[in-house]
Amino acid sequence: MTAAARAAEQAARTSYGRLVSILAARTRDIAAAEDALAEAFANALASWPVSGVPRNPEAWLITAARHRLLNEWRAGALRDRATDEVERRQEERRIVEEFPDERLKLLFVCAHPAIEASVRPALMLQTVLGLDAARIASAFAVRPSAMSQRLVRAKAKIRDARIPFAVPGDEDWPDRLQDVLDAIYAAYGVGWDALAGTDADLQGLAEEAIDLGRLVVGLLPAEPEPKGLLALMLFCEARRTARFDDGGFFVPLHEQDASRWNRILIIEAESLLEEASRHRRFGLYQCEAAIQSVHVQRPITGTVNHEALELLYRLRVAASPSLGALVAQAGARLHAGKAVEALADLDAIASPERDRYQPYWVTRWACLKALGRLPEAEAALSVAIGLSEQPAVRAYLLRAQAGEA
Amino acid sequence: MQYMLILNETADDFAKRNDPQQAGAYWGGWNAFISAMGAAGVIVKGDGLLGPETATTVRIKDGKRHIQDGPFADTKEQLGGYFIIEVPDLDAAIEWALKAPSAACASVEVRPVLVMAPASAA
Repeated sequence: MTAAARAAEQAARTSYGRLVSILAARTRDIAAAEDALAEAFANALASWPVSGVPRNPEAWLITAARHRLLNEWRAGALRDRATDEVERRQEERRIVEEFPDERLKLLFVCAHPAIEASVRPALMLQTVLGLDAARIASAFAVRPSAMSQRLVRAKAKIRDARIPFAVPGDEDWPDRLQDVLDAIYAAYGVGWDALAGTDADLQGLAEEAIDLGRLVVGLLPAEPEPKGLLALMLFCEARRTARFDDGGFFVPLHEQDASRWNRILIIEAESLLEEASRHRRFGLYQCEAAIQSVHVQRPITGTVNHEALELLYRLRVAASPSLGALVAQAGARLHAGKAVEALADLDAIASPERDRYQPYWVTRWACLKALGRLPEAEAALSVAIGLSEQPAVRAYLLRAQAGEA
Repeated sequence: MQYMLILNETADDFAKRNDPQQAGAYWGGWNAFISAMGAAGVIVKGDGLLGPETATTVRIKDGKRHIQDGPFADTKEQLGGYFIIEVPDLDAAIEWALKAPSAACASVEVRPVLVMAPASAA
């Protein structure tokens, strides 16, 4: 690869979202900004090897993209080079001195409540990090054409309904920030589930989600929840290889070989969580990260602090009694040796989704087994197997079933 | 930019309009909402509509005229009125939509108004 191509690629990776957000902030037309930027990159690849890599590649790219956006591309080609050069110099100064980072606005646009929640993570990955639609589609297990269509529709809605490129006001702030963080975590979740398979592309998406997390932490230093989310993702990331043994079999958290956890990531996560706690504002992601933190202390203390886990799950459920949180709370009770209470918790869950929720049946199986109610346990296990979507998890449960027979 | 606030109401809401016990609160709520929009200078136009029992739906099928009593779809919420407002963006439109009395009992749909491109001179 030539130096020019490398410079263009480098600029693409590090500046894509910055450039798209600057271009789209005025027009609110993300698709047009992306097209113009793609053309600017193509032009860079053609002209940089000849003319040399510009001193400030971002300024060069944004000038080129702006010309395209202003429909001055052809006119620009006819103007003398001196004019171009003067403009470029000016733009260069402006981008360094004046342009604020508009990526935060872009994140809030992508996670706007007027955009369907399921498309928000993909929209962020594409517009902020520049991931191509085919790669996103494979991670979300949809056809590339279907993913492209959903992204195009979302961008058209942003433009046509005039969703503002703005950071939300005080009243909306907590909900809107939560939406941004949820979309990032959903993007991470897609990568996480996919790790059960072997697709290298999908593993990459978890890292991209972590990149988004780092971006939000950097853009919002005064907010604790982005730090909580990043810590949570790093804790999960630290354990990712330990979730499968050498034979590729799924290993649940409490049976994982802690020596296979990534200590560097854990240390970073712990320090983020501590920073977040200094803000003294409770939040769901901080709580989830704290739960992970308790688990990773097992190799240090030799045991799992079940009281701490129970307390954290109680806080978690009190803040937002989602089905996942309720089932996880029952799981924590079970591991603390309170199988009767855990089963009562499960019975008390009223969500209509409950009976289709795989973790509910896994936890129910474990509770019944602990209580010696084996025929009922076996029935619960068989439902859990039937609802398992990940092959490695299904295989783990099937082995458990064979072991019990 | 102009948005239409499509104000949906339930049968209960419509009934309040003529119920001596509830009409005062019902119309008071709407008048306050409309006054607030008027004071902010965002109203382009708007109307309330008589209830769905006064609706007639027509269509032409196979060249024949079909005229039938009632609204197009018999749903829980029916169109009760509309406003066209002029505001900078969707967030501003949503803010007004959330203040409509029907947002609390039924729903308000927010739609950008279609801007027709001027006919080409060529």
